[in-house]
Amino acid sequence: MAIAEQQKQGAGEKSWHGIVLQTLKRNEISLIPYVPDRVLTPLIKNLHADPFFTTFATAREEEAVGIVSGAWMGGRRGAVLMQTSGFATLANTLASLAVPYQIPLIMFVSERGTLGEFNYGQALVCRTMRPVLDSLALEHHTITRLDELEFIADRSIKQAVTTQAPVALILNPLLTGGKTFDK
Amino acid sequence: MNTRNTKVMNRFDVTSRLIAKLKHEEAVVGGIGNTNFDLWAAGHRPQNFYMLGSMGLAFPIALGVALAQPDRRVFALEGDGSLLMQLGALSTIAALKPKNLIMIVMDNGIYQITGAQPTPAANVADIVAIATGSGLARSSWAADEEDFERLVDEAMSAAAPSLIAVRIDDKPGVGATRRDPVQIRERFMHGLGVREPL
Repeated sequence: MAIAEQQKQGAGEKSWHGIVLQTLKRNEISLIPYVPDRVLTPLIKNLHADPFFTTFATAREEEAVGIVSGAWMGGRRGAVLMQTSGFATLANTLASLAVPYQIPLIMFVSERGTLGEFNYGQALVCRTMRPVLDSLALEHHTITRLDELEFIADRSIKQAVTTQAPVALILNPLLTGGKTFDK
Repeated sequence: MNTRNTKVMNRFDVTSRLIAKLKHEEAVVGGIGNTNFDLWAAGHRPQNFYMLGSMGLAFPIALGVALAQPDRRVFALEGDGSLLMQLGALSTIAALKPKNLIMIVMDNGIYQITGAQPTPAANVADIVAIATGSGLARSSWAADEEDFERLVDEAMSAAAPSLIAVRIDDKPGVGATRRDPVQIRERFMHGLGVREPL
């Protein structure tokens, strides 16, 4: 049984994606552009089903960052969902838009490339993610435990908004179960 | 749709004509380089946002503003080279159908600011055909300045997002935006009524 599933049972009805959805809602984050990922599928599905959220796919992660940046300036909060490989396309946009304009860009990154990755390209690109985040001194947290998810996500969103700085919340396979070869 | 029937106009002139029409605090997002230099030169307004990087994101940023403030008209000015970087954004906009979003493409077929190298699209692709094919039915070439103004007027009351492509000359921008990103963002938020100054 996947660790994430065990945690889900231990926490009663709470799932990682349920906690993320509720935390977004509680923080009035209603605009959710995403580039899809297998692991994020239940979250994306439930966001689409909830009329509180405007949830839609974009062709590239950069586009999604542009959209939530514009929305923030217009007074509406958003968050971007993506996969590790999608984050790897963002260095220029982070360095030329989100960081210098002081935009509280909230990113949820489903982490591939570790803990059982079967695609060498995913394993390699994953290694670029934290160095890029660190090189821009961006706040980031790798979330591995269900019992810490709400605290980390809720506090990080509030910190991003109040300090006007981006944050990346990395959803580790220990939390989500990840993607395995036989799926 | 045929660019051969369109007059070659000037970016600063066309931008100035647009700004002169804005009477309701419409937002204007200027893409990188000459596009926002001419927006700046046309006269700063609190509702203007100037990009200093993130090439290709003028339409996505404007889309975000349009989704946040559906009662405000939002213009985005983008160069052809920039748009080529983010063509997928056209389909995203077509799918969401924000009726308050008006996209203007300044098409000179070159990367003017880097030395006037031709874009890969210069002699082979048609921006309006691309936009139409991406699902933006209200996409047109402006035949001349008068036609541009007519298309802007129409777009202001349209029930769907509009794209207006303008063939422009190879002149550089007239001004140079003050590169102060925090101040640009803060002033823009004041201009949109999101925040009050300290």
